[in-house]
Amino acid sequence: MTESPYIIDQPEDMVFRLNRRTLADSEILTREQTAIFDKSWIYCGHESEVSKPGDFCTRTVCGRPVIFSRDSAGAVRVFLNACRHRAAMVCREPCGNTRRFNCFYHGWSYNQDGELVGVPGEESYPPGFDKANFSLAEPPHVDSYRGFWFISFNPEIADLKDYLAGATEYIDLVADQSPSGEMQVIQGTQEYDIKANWKLLVENSFDDYHLLTTHKTWLDYMKDSGVQVEPPKGQGLLLPSKGIGKGLGNGHAVIDNINFRGRPVARWISIYGEDAKEEIEEIRAELVERLGDERAARVADTNRNLVVFPNLVINDGSSVTIRTFWPVAADHMKVTAWALGTKEESERARARRLDSFLTFYGPGGFATPDDVEALEAVQAGLATWRETEWSEMTRGLNKEGEQLNTDEEHLRAFWREWNALMTADS
Amino acid sequence: MSANDITRSDVEDFFYDEAALLDEWQLNDWLELLADDAIYQIPSTDTPNSDARKALFLIADDATRIKARVKRLNDTEAHAESPRSRTRRMIANVRITERDGDELSVSANFSVYRYRRNSALRHYVGRYEYRLRVTDKGLRIAERRVILDPTELGTLGAISFIL
Repeated sequence: MTESPYIIDQPEDMVFRLNRRTLADSEILTREQTAIFDKSWIYCGHESEVSKPGDFCTRTVCGRPVIFSRDSAGAVRVFLNACRHRAAMVCREPCGNTRRFNCFYHGWSYNQDGELVGVPGEESYPPGFDKANFSLAEPPHVDSYRGFWFISFNPEIADLKDYLAGATEYIDLVADQSPSGEMQVIQGTQEYDIKANWKLLVENSFDDYHLLTTHKTWLDYMKDSGVQVEPPKGQGLLLPSKGIGKGLGNGHAVIDNINFRGRPVARWISIYGEDAKEEIEEIRAELVERLGDERAARVADTNRNLVVFPNLVINDGSSVTIRTFWPVAADHMKVTAWALGTKEESERARARRLDSFLTFYGPGGFATPDDVEALEAVQAGLATWRETEWSEMTRGLNKEGEQLNTDEEHLRAFWREWNALMTADS
Repeated sequence: MSANDITRSDVEDFFYDEAALLDEWQLNDWLELLADDAIYQIPSTDTPNSDARKALFLIADDATRIKARVKRLNDTEAHAESPRSRTRRMIANVRITERDGDELSVSANFSVYRYRRNSALRHYVGRYEYRLRVTDKGLRIAERRVILDPTELGTLGAISFIL
């Protein structure tokens, strides 16, 4: 039993309530910056984005500008993008390859390893000034799992693999699509804002309860394309196939569904066209040969939406998308989404993957715009949080064992961890 | 008639008519302006010159998908456009950049204002790259590519209408 200002969690009494203030109050966001984001492992980038020494991408992680890069020895490095002299960003390009990061303000320059190598007028500094003390700063922890690189500003953070807990199984299911185990972030980044609290996108990313009504037009499109979208009879399901929702430890959670919507990896549907059948069968045969029947089916015939606490989503559905998002205000987030493909796939398979991505995902897709609308409608309604304090979140709470993707156990798993961090002594 | 017989003024008239149909949400009539093999694409803002087979786009519709998009937008359960946005398109700097048989390539600048209840004004700026085909029914759109100037969509949010 947990009772905090944020959640009331009393499963024995069939009670789970979320205080709506958590989604609307700017004081909560201020606390989240230190209690959640600065305490967790946060996704920074994928190794394929920086494949050669000198490659870099700049982005904002945990509110800090960082340079995600590969150093002269070929190791992935993350530097804080702030000159050690006056803090100006030393790199203002989104991505590229460079020998030097040059601060144009006073001309300090750094090499690929972050070492300060150039200081104009160095002789004017007093004795004892040593360039070796002014390398670009790095987060206290940087580590990766299967190509996904994370950073943490918490010096006491657990090892990444321990932190990821049960989420590793679901990252494996994505990475195992590739014969070499190497996945690739595909060029083209979708960056868009939603006028809503960031945690609403956590929920939305794996809340399958909303699919029928929010995405009615997407389901119609699937149906028009020859996909079976009627729920099977007599199983008590809302959706066309069975899926489960579950927590994976440390606030990570997943929905794990029998696929009905087609997958560019090894599950053909008519939208892909007759001429795609043969190649998709070949992709599947490779999976079976490499992984065996059972695991190949696991990779090919299920789609999974994974939330890695707090703000990384990996959806392996109509295509694979990596999505991360940052609050800029209690009612405003910035979303970045990438498509992920196998390194080895043919040009045709890559094109099919990208096309399949756009049937559902993204700001121009047939589904995501309606999610944005839903989240913004929620945020507008949340202005009533003082009058209607609590949201009910008990779907499936009475079930022993397995819970459905349309239940809310996976949402509760996220909120329990969030609550634990927000109420911990800091 | 071939592409050589088409003047900039003809193209401008065509664009203004198309813009009026889109601003008035006459989407079924707009479909009539498309060639049977039409494509409609919006690249991601960080890769404006890429190929939809190799890069993630915001929109990359073939003719079938365009019709599905219009069917969706005509449904009141396309929640992002229910109620619908009010849009106003300004098209300028129209240039015919190439003529090849019955096809011509055209570039134009656009400024599209989008208003919706409970939302601030959203202003989409960029350029259109069209491939127009001369047919016995008049000009038809073979390719309609929308290249946005903003470096990220940001507060422009979703592109749930036809941009």
